[in-house]
Amino acid sequence: MHELGISRNIVAIVGEAAKGRRVRRVTLEIGKLSGVVREALEFSFGLVAQGTPAAGALLEIREIEGRARCAQCGAEFGVRDFLAACACGSRHLAHIAGEELNVKSVDLED
Amino acid sequence: MCAICGCDDHLEHVHADGTRHRHAHPHEAHHHEPHHHEHVELEARVLAKNDALAGENAAWLERHGVVALNLMGAPGCGKTSLLERTIRALEPGSLAVIEGDQATANDAERIRAAGAAVVQVNTGTGCHLDAVMVARALAELAPRPRSLVAIENVGNLVCPALFRLGEHRRVVVLSVAEGDDKPLKYPHMFRAADLVLVNKIDLLAHVDFDVERAIGNARAVNPGVQALRVSARSGEGLEAWYRWLRLEGLRDRAERRFEDPGHAARIER
Repeated sequence: MHELGISRNIVAIVGEAAKGRRVRRVTLEIGKLSGVVREALEFSFGLVAQGTPAAGALLEIREIEGRARCAQCGAEFGVRDFLAACACGSRHLAHIAGEELNVKSVDLED
Repeated sequence: MCAICGCDDHLEHVHADGTRHRHAHPHEAHHHEPHHHEHVELEARVLAKNDALAGENAAWLERHGVVALNLMGAPGCGKTSLLERTIRALEPGSLAVIEGDQATANDAERIRAAGAAVVQVNTGTGCHLDAVMVARALAELAPRPRSLVAIENVGNLVCPALFRLGEHRRVVVLSVAEGDDKPLKYPHMFRAADLVLVNKIDLLAHVDFDVERAIGNARAVNPGVQALRVSARSGEGLEAWYRWLRLEGLRDRAERRFEDPGHAARIER
């Protein structure tokens, strides 16, 4: 349940950006290979946000598909997990997308 | 569900002011007074703060000429037993320990009894160590120059993988009592490892654990990972582990001296 610690980080980042204003919406980018469980994040965000400017804010999560580049042949392709291999047979892959864990934007009340 | 107000958009519902209606999109039609809000692009990495603090820990270790290992693994895989035995085998004072557990100082007491300096960190509800906890623990531990610090993380194959501590190397202990498919089930942990220690090999006759398959699974998620077979209980295979520790410790320090010849002289002071 590291999503609890991650939620604390999100609420801190959002709180700094809000400068005392109420937060209506928080948009996150979560890569599908990031190791973060969406449902656990939604649950813990609601708890951690209580009593902060982000209390009651809507959490919008944009999931990002995994992509890798083969270190052997340079091919780029979608990956669903860390077990993927390149069509050329190599398993030496650089993951170029899917590990994101970002606060993309916030919507603040005037 | 409506992404803006959170209400269920196909059901009739009652608002706090008593109005009752079905949800009608667009939202201007639904909200009773228009909401003004400002959209702020942040593009902030959620773990940026922890990573920055981990960078400070790495710099602190560098200044003090200390090499740090992040020792991870499931509860009961033998992390503390491995450290006890390692402390007794290495030169006195060459290994200090930061012990992470949710509660109790039991492991710190075991480490102290084995003869090493130790600081216990209790994470409470936390399921992993983070860079702030390690920064405080390092300051308290004050490891001596040219020593190794083993940071024993909270027993967990999930959460610690995401939090950098400023360590030089990551070691994952996998005991044969756990199952050889664990690297596939917990890929983040094994992907982050420099070394996998397959522990409790003295139990192999009693369990259905295929060491080759376990190491193969670890390499399926992390092709370059090193692996050693050990028993912290019987001592089998530990010479190779001690050699790895000495090599890693020395190699790091040697690299630093190579890059900055003044470094060794400064840390002596």
